[in-house]
Amino acid sequence: MPNEPVITAAAASHTGAAQAGDTQAGDTPRIARDVNTFIGGYPWRHIPHPEPDVLVRVLAREGVRSAWVGHLPSAFHRDPSHGNAQLLAALEPHRGTLHPVPAVRPGWPGWRSALRDGVARGAPAIRAYPQLWNMGVGDAQLVRLAEGCAEEGVALLLTTRFEDLRQRHVLDTAADLSAAHVRAIARAGTGARLVVTAAGREFIEEVHWGLTPAERALVTYDFSWVWGPPTDELASLVRTLGPEAFVYGTMWPLRLTQGPRANLELLPDALRASMLAHLAM
Amino acid sequence: MSPDAPLGGTGPLIDVHAHFFQAGCGRHDWDALNTSRLRGGARIGITWHVASVLGSWGATSPVYFQSPRDTAAGNDAMLALQRGHAGVVRSYVAVNPNDTAAACIEIDRCVPLGAVGLKLAAARRCDDPLLDPVIERARHHGLPVLHHIWQHRTRHWPSQDISDGADLAVLAQRHPAVSFILAHIGGGGDYAHTFAAVRDVPNIFLDLSGSGTDRGMLDDALQAVGPRRLLWGADITLCTGLAKLWALEAVGLDDAQLAGVRWANAARIFPSGAFPGLPDVPDA
Repeated sequence: MPNEPVITAAAASHTGAAQAGDTQAGDTPRIARDVNTFIGGYPWRHIPHPEPDVLVRVLAREGVRSAWVGHLPSAFHRDPSHGNAQLLAALEPHRGTLHPVPAVRPGWPGWRSALRDGVARGAPAIRAYPQLWNMGVGDAQLVRLAEGCAEEGVALLLTTRFEDLRQRHVLDTAADLSAAHVRAIARAGTGARLVVTAAGREFIEEVHWGLTPAERALVTYDFSWVWGPPTDELASLVRTLGPEAFVYGTMWPLRLTQGPRANLELLPDALRASMLAHLAM
Repeated sequence: MSPDAPLGGTGPLIDVHAHFFQAGCGRHDWDALNTSRLRGGARIGITWHVASVLGSWGATSPVYFQSPRDTAAGNDAMLALQRGHAGVVRSYVAVNPNDTAAACIEIDRCVPLGAVGLKLAAARRCDDPLLDPVIERARHHGLPVLHHIWQHRTRHWPSQDISDGADLAVLAQRHPAVSFILAHIGGGGDYAHTFAAVRDVPNIFLDLSGSGTDRGMLDDALQAVGPRRLLWGADITLCTGLAKLWALEAVGLDDAQLAGVRWANAARIFPSGAFPGLPDVPDA
C-alpha cells in the first residue's frame, strides 16, 4: 500500500536516514532509471541525508532500478574536478545502481580529458550548468561540449533550476536556464542527446516545437516540474509530445521523490499505461 | 493495492485549501478545471474539498483585490458548487477586507448559505488593524480563517499586498479565540522563516499545500508546530498534494497523528457539523 510506512518512526529516528519522501511505491510498475538525482549538500539550505546509500534505499522503495547521479556542490564550484572525483569515489560501492554524471565545464583547462575520464568511469551522461557559468545562449563552448558528448556517446544533461524562484537565497541570483539555451544547443547539429530536467510545461513546449523533427528527437525532459490535475499539464504534454519525449527524474535529494510518481498515478488510464511502459524501458 | 483504491488511502481526507473556477472567470476551460479537480480528488480519496473562488479570478477585478461585486459573485459560484456537490465540497467565504463593512456583510450573508470558513488573500497586509472587524465576524460565526501567505516577505511582489508568517502571528495573537490556517507552506517563499515565526502561536495551523515539494519541509514543519497544528491540503496542484500525503507516512507520525493531519485537526477547528459523515472532534 502506498500509505504504508516503510520505516517506522523509531527506526527512522534510530538510523537518522528516513525523511518525508522516503516511502514505498507499492505495486507501481518499476521505472528503469531516475535521471535527476544528486549526492552532496546544497549551498542555500539544509537538505537531509544526501548520501548514496540513502539514495539506494529510496530507489528500492520507489520501485526505480537505477539512477543517474550528479554531485550537487560541484554545480556551484568554479572547478568541478574535485567534486567529480568525490562523486566517482562515493558511487563506486553502488556500481550497477548509481551511475555517475560528472559536471564538465567547457572551456575550463582539461575539460576534454575530464569528459573522457568520466565516460571511462561509466558515466552515461555529463552535467553542465550554463546559467551558473555565465554562458549565454549560443555559447560556442556549449556546442563543443555537446559535440564531445556525442563523440563519446553520452547524453548532455541540463538543469533548468534547483529551487522555486520565490524561495531563493538573497545571494542565489543566477537566472534559470532558458529555453533558448536548449534550442541553440539542439540546433547546432552535434547529434548530442540532451536531457532537460526541472523544466515547466511552457519551457518544454517552447523547446520542442521550436526544433525540427530531427532535432526534437534528440531532446528529452523529466516532468518533475510539470503539474497534474486540475490543469492536467502532464496529460496534455503526453498527448501532444508523446511518451518518448519524457524521462523519469525526481530531483532527489532536493525534492520529494513522490512527486513524479504521484503525477503518473493521476494521469488518465491510457496515458499512464503508455508512460509507464515507456519509462520501464 | 486495488486499481480502484484511493491513491491517498482509504481514511477520511480533508483538503483545507482548494479552489474552483466559475463561468465569469475569463477562462473558457473553467468547468473542465472543476471537473478535473473533482475527478482527481476522487482518485486520491479526498473526502471534502474546502474551497474558495477568488472573485472573477482577475477577469473583472484583480485576483487579490476583488471588487465587492466580484467578491459576491465568486462566493455565489462557490456556494452553488457546494450545493451541486454537497457530498464532497465545502465553501469558504472569500472577502476583500479593504471595504470592511462590505466584507462583514458578505460574511454574514454567506454563513447561513453554508460557508464554513473565511478566506483572506492578499488585499491588505494581515497585521493591519483594518482586519479586526472582519476577524471578529469569523469569531462570531466560529469560522477558521485561511490566510494567503508568502513565506518570508523580503520585498514587494506585484499584484498582491502580501503577508508572511510573522505578520499572521501578529494578527493571530490579537485574536486568540480564532483559528488561523497559514496557507500553503509549499506555495512559495522561505518556509523555514514561517516555521520559526509561528512556532509559539498556538492558534496558527500550517496547511501543507502548494506546488513546493522540498525534501525536509514536512519534517521541519512537524518539528516546529507538532502534529496537531498541521493540516493537509493541495491548493491548485493535486499532484504535489498527493506526493506530500504519501511523504507524511515517513515523518514519524503515529496513526492518530496521521489521521489528525489528514482530517481530524481540520474537523477540530471548523464549525461543528461542517463535514457530515465525519465525527466532530472536540478541542482538547
